[in-house]
Amino acid sequence: MGQSLRVAYGEALRDLGAENDKIVVLDADLAHATMTSIFKEAYPDRFYNFGIAETNMMCAAAGFSHSGLIPFVSTFALFGAGRAYEQIRNSISYVNANVKLCLSHSGLCVGEDGGSHQSIEDIALMRVLPGMTIFVPCDPAEMKKAVRAASEINGPVYIRVARPICEDITTEDTPFIPGKANIIRDGKDVCIIAAGLMIPEAMQAARVLEKDGIDAAVVNMHTIKPIDSECVLQMAAKCKAIVTAEEHSIIGGLGSAVAEILAGKSDVKFSRVGVNDMFGKSGKPQDLFNAYGLNAENIINHCKSLLSKEI
Amino acid sequence: MNTISLEEKAKQIRADILKMLYTCQSGHPGGSLSCVEMLMAIYYKTANIDPKNPKMETRDRIVLSKGHASPTLYAILADLGFFPREDLWHLRQIDSHLQGHPDMNKTPGVDVNTGSLGQGISVAVGMALAAKHKKEDYQIYAIVGDGEIQEGLVWEAAMAAAHYKLDNLIVMLDHNGLQIDGSNDEVMSLGDICEKYKAFGFECYKVDGHDIDAITYAIKAPISGKPKFICCETHKGHGVSFMSDQFGWHGKAPSKEEYERAVAELGVEL
Ligand SMILES: Cc1ncc(C[n+]2csc(CCOP(=O)(O)OP(=O)(O)O)c2C)c(N)n1
Ligand SMILES: [Mg+2]
Repeated sequence: MGQSLRVAYGEALRDLGAENDKIVVLDADLAHATMTSIFKEAYPDRFYNFGIAETNMMCAAAGFSHSGLIPFVSTFALFGAGRAYEQIRNSISYVNANVKLCLSHSGLCVGEDGGSHQSIEDIALMRVLPGMTIFVPCDPAEMKKAVRAASEINGPVYIRVARPICEDITTEDTPFIPGKANIIRDGKDVCIIAAGLMIPEAMQAARVLEKDGIDAAVVNMHTIKPIDSECVLQMAAKCKAIVTAEEHSIIGGLGSAVAEILAGKSDVKFSRVGVNDMFGKSGKPQDLFNAYGLNAENIINHCKSLLSKEI
Repeated sequence: MNTISLEEKAKQIRADILKMLYTCQSGHPGGSLSCVEMLMAIYYKTANIDPKNPKMETRDRIVLSKGHASPTLYAILADLGFFPREDLWHLRQIDSHLQGHPDMNKTPGVDVNTGSLGQGISVAVGMALAAKHKKEDYQIYAIVGDGEIQEGLVWEAAMAAAHYKLDNLIVMLDHNGLQIDGSNDEVMSLGDICEKYKAFGFECYKVDGHDIDAITYAIKAPISGKPKFICCETHKGHGVSFMSDQFGWHGKAPSKEEYERAVAELGVEL
């Protein structure tokens, strides 16, 4: 049965806290939404609420890390990666501070709160920071591995924590190696490279394409940075087309990262599924996903359109 | 035209808020219910606005900096005729002009987009300074939450407001004592807020935030050369017994049973 990524995050933090007393958790009056409340309950003396003051919290996290502790910082993605961007840039990333940014309520799946709360740019913002590692887990099991991996990296890590309940894609035994993509379905006609909540849509697209005689591979690009360029180039050599799928702006995220790898190195047909350079708005998450084309149907259309252009 | 007392109207607005949140099954009842009288004092007693001309150049500007209380704003705007009342029941639905947080480009009567806490009051400072710059004499109202004022930006705005002697700016605090993770004191203590605003150069008033006359009196009190701060003492979830003073009702929609109980308590026909 599925679980939400944020609950998986809270539980992973709690488990990590049991093993490592250097882990401290910082939140900005959203502990009941980011689910750091699970850690707080277990280790109240290692939890710090900074109130609704994200910029202060971000720099304070740097202070914790300079003092030998490992701070995990949580708030909504927009108010962390967005509002506190320059604090992350100068006080954390620029000095390679050992701070873990685990920001929740990313993307359009925030739903009803609307465009002011839907971060469609967080990956872009984090991706331009030298030395930043970026994980976009797709299910609870992967989230737990990502949190552990983050604690083992000495430097800043961004983990994108989506809000909804997720179906299980991976298992306990699926490897999670930072920077190493997982090919979760092999294929030779088209390769769909996806991350996070778009993985189930990519899998659904591949199943439908199969019925139409199209052999689609699906790659789970759980690490957006450092990205697995070897895997991208290998799939580009093997397939006739590549389609990326992300719950993020098509500018600056996974699609851009893959395009940067392909440019000049491959002439594989290529296109991106994502939020098309516009803001989100209020609505039920599923309605929004359909309205913005973040679904299997749109991925299928992209795949077919690329393959039909083939000579 | 049938006129009802403001007291009756407050109940109607509370019922509208609950119906909106129940219908879309999301949103923020606690902080919406706590600022009903604050917004009523502005919209029904003091502000110079025209529902037929929402963009009137000389209008007073009203900035709901704690944007998650948008249902209160929408219920009042609909009551005043800025848009049809039926629109309220489409709050937060895809393609509704009523977004989860106020949107100036979608909803008639909304002056500034808010939702990211702390920013509205800064925009309000800019509008007040622009009014001075243009030698216009309209007023700017900014409604902030007590959790919201933990943002550093709020104090940068306060500094600028005093520096530029913005006596056309009225900052109104919804002092309900609660935020998301608990009370202000548990999450991040605020200390003596009035003393802080005084130290920043504001003229300060403290009123019962559920008393429309008291709020109106403080808004109208003449002032010169200084921005005004009105600390409105309120209860989060006010008007619904089981929501009152409960931080758990910050961002949770009522179930059918809770909704019906709440409306019955208010004694309003829907
Ligand atoms: C910059 C920013 N950080 C966090 C949030 C999430 N958030 C929405 S409401 C809220 C609590 C607000 O508390 P308060 O200002 O006291 O509002 P009220 O009690 O009047 O509802 C938080 C943390 C936000 N909207 N914006
Ligand atoms: Mg409050």
